[in-house]
Amino acid sequence: MSLNALTATALLERLRVQKATPEALRADLKKRFAGVEQRVRAFARPPDFKAPPASADGPLKDIPVVIKDNICSNGEATECCSKILAGFVAPYDATVVTKLKEAGAFIQGKANMDEFAFGSSCETSCFYPTRNPWDLKRVPGGSSGGSAACVAADEAVMALGSDTGGSIRQPAAFCGVVGMKPTYGRVSRYGLIAFASSLDQIGPLTKDVRDNALLLRTIAGRDERDATSVNVPVPDYTKALGRDVKGLRVGLPREYFIEGMDPEVRAALDGAVALLKKHGVAFLEVSLPHTEYAVATYYIVGTAEASSNLERYDGVQYGLRRLDPSNKEDAALAAMYKKTRGEGFGPEAKRRIILGTYVLSSGYYEAYYGRALKVRTLIRRDFEEVFAECDLIATPTSPSAAFRLGEKTDDPLSMYLSDIYTISANLAGLPALSVPCGMTKSGLPIGLQILGRPFDEEGIYRLAHFYEQKTPWHTMKPKL
Amino acid sequence: MPISKDEVRYIAHLGRLGLTPEEIEHFQGQLEGILAYIDKLKSLDVKEVEPTAHVLDISNVLRQDAPQPPLETEKALRIAPQREGDFYKVPRVIE
Repeated sequence: MSLNALTATALLERLRVQKATPEALRADLKKRFAGVEQRVRAFARPPDFKAPPASADGPLKDIPVVIKDNICSNGEATECCSKILAGFVAPYDATVVTKLKEAGAFIQGKANMDEFAFGSSCETSCFYPTRNPWDLKRVPGGSSGGSAACVAADEAVMALGSDTGGSIRQPAAFCGVVGMKPTYGRVSRYGLIAFASSLDQIGPLTKDVRDNALLLRTIAGRDERDATSVNVPVPDYTKALGRDVKGLRVGLPREYFIEGMDPEVRAALDGAVALLKKHGVAFLEVSLPHTEYAVATYYIVGTAEASSNLERYDGVQYGLRRLDPSNKEDAALAAMYKKTRGEGFGPEAKRRIILGTYVLSSGYYEAYYGRALKVRTLIRRDFEEVFAECDLIATPTSPSAAFRLGEKTDDPLSMYLSDIYTISANLAGLPALSVPCGMTKSGLPIGLQILGRPFDEEGIYRLAHFYEQKTPWHTMKPKL
Repeated sequence: MPISKDEVRYIAHLGRLGLTPEEIEHFQGQLEGILAYIDKLKSLDVKEVEPTAHVLDISNVLRQDAPQPPLETEKALRIAPQREGDFYKVPRVIE
């Protein structure tokens, strides 16, 4: 097997015993990029494959990591796949990038994404849509679609994405890789271009659970530069792997088994449950009664925060600037703001700015935003009650496998509803992971989502690893 | 809930978003559809419920009031669309 197809864990061992070199790994990655990238289009721009600066001695020594185009890396283009940030070169490193470098890793390149992470299909990127490596006519999911696709296509060893409503887990499920959204506050958001600040988390997308645990351990922890990062000790997540799962209590929320769940997804989930039951996991039917309100709550809270965060793109300090002398209604500066934003943002960003501005505007604030914050409390409480009797919750990651390009682009509501199983974890701040749990008859991956109590990523990894090691799904590769 | 074109225009103005007449028409229809969907929250009784603005049990985060090296002026201004000396340059604000 070429080096680019190996897990980071396997590569680290080969590098350690000198059965592989960093140069050979880079050469294999470059060759793979040349062979498949024109079809997959996972990167926001081509990586240079040059030798990185001398690396630190650390647990990820000489391992390349692809990061989503919304994570700042000093001196490198970071454009959020938006025209409004065209030419933006980050003047500093995000904390996760600093931590990767301290661990000996280096940044291989930037992954394609939905513009400002607004989307579930990677089709709103201002560059081009990314394709699903398992079927090039289908989407890789989104918004971290490039991060998931480059790992699945073996163009990368491991990658970082960000998850605001499912943006790591859903593409992980669609592309057949492992994706973790950590507990809110587990990973510093410093240097992550903000979408919805009370929901966003950075997390790893990897070829298996062990790599995921390794990468999360590297990037997690309190950071003085992010006041919402929490001072909870970071365990060695890899120690949770290999433990027995007998006696674990896992909830199956009845509200998730609804019309709209694809029968093949249902069958894959049933198969995973049956296997784990055989090994002593106790499954309980539980209720999350406010589930049907989660998508509506999310599209109020998420767009409200986004419209506020996106105020900064005004043509003054960085990015695109367009003057508009033809505008006689507004002063020259306001005319510049409007023209810059009108030209710089794509349709989905505009839609979310409009919706977010509307729900925050005078006269509607209480009816929409104020009410959504209260419903968010109800959604949180649902989980608190379930976690009083369960250790973990299991659900499908997405109601269907990857859909076709263009299938949902003209119907924003149907696109929003494809996030129905992932959104609640962000609203409640809980950790949640997607691990491959099956394939459809037409050869598309299906994901199992496991949710845990706040800061119990260990419990999630323990169950996910046990399941993964008993099944063949993570070893399957797309034919490209 | 019906939304008029004028309302979309007003919201776009609040968000300093320049839209074409076609875009206004397009977003008018879509906004109506999305608002009709999120109106389902109105069926819940939330009178006695406290809001959740964010999920962490922290209120204030304090640190030592000690100066740290800032982002260098030159680094910040190098990526500015237009500058004059150590300032960002923008179109005239006061006529």
